[in-house]
Amino acid sequence: MTDDTKPGNADLPEPVVHRPRINASFVWLIPVLAALVGLSLVINAWMQAGPTITISFQSAEGLDPGKTPVKYKNVVIGRVTSVRLSKDRSHVTAKVSLEKSAEGFATEDTRFWVVRPRIGLGGVSGIDTLLSGAFIGADVGESKQPEDEFTGLEAPPAVTHGAPGKTFVLHTDDLGSLDIGSPVYYRRIQVGRVVTYQLDPNGKAVSLQIWVDAPNDQFVTKTSRFWNASGVDVSVGADGVKVNTQSLASVLAGGVAFQEPMGPHETAPADESAAFNLFHDQATAMAPPDGEPKYIRMRFDQSLRGLKVDAPVEFLGIPFGRVVSVNLDFDEKTQKFPVTVGAVVYPQRLGRAHEKLVALAKARGDDAQLSQMMGTLIGQGLRAQARSGNLLTGQLYISLDFVPKAPKAAYDPSVKPLEIPTVPGSFDKLQEQMADIVDKIQKIPFDSIGRNLDQTLGELHRTLKQVNGDVLPEFKTTLQSAQQTMGTANNALSPDSPLQQNLGGTLQELQRSARSLRVLTDYLGSHPDALLRGRKADPAPAPPAATQQGSKP
Amino acid sequence: MSALPRADELGVIGCHVCSLVCRDTGMEHARCPRCHSSLHRRKKATYSRTWALLIAAFIFYIPANLLPIMRTVSVGDVDDNTILSGVVELWVKGSPDLAVIVFTASIVVPMLKFLALVTLLWSSHRSSGWARRQRAKLYRLVELIGYWSMLDVFVVALLTALVQFGLLSLVEPLPGVVFFGLTVVLTMFASMSFDPRLIWDGKESDD
Repeated sequence: MTDDTKPGNADLPEPVVHRPRINASFVWLIPVLAALVGLSLVINAWMQAGPTITISFQSAEGLDPGKTPVKYKNVVIGRVTSVRLSKDRSHVTAKVSLEKSAEGFATEDTRFWVVRPRIGLGGVSGIDTLLSGAFIGADVGESKQPEDEFTGLEAPPAVTHGAPGKTFVLHTDDLGSLDIGSPVYYRRIQVGRVVTYQLDPNGKAVSLQIWVDAPNDQFVTKTSRFWNASGVDVSVGADGVKVNTQSLASVLAGGVAFQEPMGPHETAPADESAAFNLFHDQATAMAPPDGEPKYIRMRFDQSLRGLKVDAPVEFLGIPFGRVVSVNLDFDEKTQKFPVTVGAVVYPQRLGRAHEKLVALAKARGDDAQLSQMMGTLIGQGLRAQARSGNLLTGQLYISLDFVPKAPKAAYDPSVKPLEIPTVPGSFDKLQEQMADIVDKIQKIPFDSIGRNLDQTLGELHRTLKQVNGDVLPEFKTTLQSAQQTMGTANNALSPDSPLQQNLGGTLQELQRSARSLRVLTDYLGSHPDALLRGRKADPAPAPPAATQQGSKP
Repeated sequence: MSALPRADELGVIGCHVCSLVCRDTGMEHARCPRCHSSLHRRKKATYSRTWALLIAAFIFYIPANLLPIMRTVSVGDVDDNTILSGVVELWVKGSPDLAVIVFTASIVVPMLKFLALVTLLWSSHRSSGWARRQRAKLYRLVELIGYWSMLDVFVVALLTALVQFGLLSLVEPLPGVVFFGLTVVLTMFASMSFDPRLIWDGKESDD
């Protein structure tokens, strides 16, 4: 070609020919390969991409777009892609792209909640999220209905779907210190927890849903009694102070306990979602059922200081009901301020007495209404009294009692609510009697008594003066003369007195006489003839005294 | 510019490796008689090769940017970053200089390379006489900065090797960095397979 036209190149070396094994067009394999890799990535991503759902939460705390995972049983099933504030700024909406395998989670009854570290009185949860950051927990339901808008729960659900156990419904007046997750105890063993609670539609009570794990759910029988086991139950009885609580956690965080009642009862396990009453304490829970409450009203004419709402109403000492209202009234006729006391009573608490009364009323042909029976009882003297339950605190309770010699009271069984006639309470009576006594004491004429006493005392004074002036000197002289007399007597009796000497001489004479008499009797004893012949001459000089003596008597 | 004769016109051909000047016999698959490397007046199939490599590089560039390139784990906090999110994070966290460097090396340079190569290919294909000297300079620039695009790959490789403190801190490479590396390598091959002499071919219309 060119080498012919361009001379002067002949001395240049000629290239050698060597055919390559591969064709240059193979280079297009590279972009094809790249495209294949890219395509496989796209297909992979598309295959793995599941549905995108939005979950609304109260706050986005812990939610990190692109990072926060959605986990079910600790397996990542999706990821939060964006977090936005709602249009009305009331909540946040998190967009979550679920994985293909988690398609089943985009159904109606799936629940989502944010797992954060939670430290409550009942325990600590979600500690692992302290380091790894919060994640969204999921719990799938059974529904097949697809859904892509969810409302996230603020707290983890107490029960995961499919867990064995049963839910029950408890009705109560107020929630107390219970909360979602509060424990449920059976014989002080935790067997479940509170799932949700909400006000009844009319706002007058609270309904709690509790969950009891299997196999302990079989212990919830149809007659089980539930009570609020929160706090400490301190009771002072005849045998000392008793402190009763379930566990330390329940003291602080509250809890529910249940037990079957004493005595014969049904042992069949309760059905799912069975409803029970939640009592305030164990004592009321275990008490026999109260039956239907009845409302009664009482009018007291005296002050009821110390009577509080919830004060007990007793029937012959049996707890019968409680006071629900204490209201001041005004009576235009008498210009007085009577107190109207409302109370609810539970006739069934009277037990057998109630049954018999009902039976009796039926037998008599009355209807078994409380009003009818009350009419009979009031006719027999049943009266309401406000009695002092505690002298120290002055607390009152209402006692329904038969008062002997009670004044007749008008009773109208048709009045609603039932009105029970009242009598003043025992304490009031005491007060009246005290007043009477004080009155009587006041009537005693202390003034005149005093005056009379004063006069009497003056007279006494005068008398004493007289005694001092006149009687005493004479008494003195009398005493003096008495003393003289005594002195004389003393002198007369002294050893050296003539009387004494005379007496001594006389006694000696008498002694001598006695001796000569003895000699005589002795001589006469030996010589009885001497009486007739006289005395013989003694051979021996005889004492002359003997003759003298013999002649003497 | 006809004053300067071309090798083509002179019927000679130079070896790229040992610079031996041979006679241009016009044979297919000619090789240098001295070093046995292939001889060609212009690089063979340069357009198709460059285009192919460039397209492949561009395809890989998409996942390189979309997929995360690096995972940093620090005390339980897992953080996956793509190139762009890394740049944003650096900027937000107060290192705008670093952010600019990474942005330049990872985004600007590859994009410029694509644009430059496409421009060169397009203009040469059309035998355009427009700004030939500048285009030649552009080509040399593309060849020069080609290596520096590997910055990101080096960073990830270094960090992965160095930051291995178990739970406390951990850096892991993610698939994105592989695609990014492939992009860089393919663009380098593309620029190598482009024959800059093509710039000067064509009609001598510029004078």
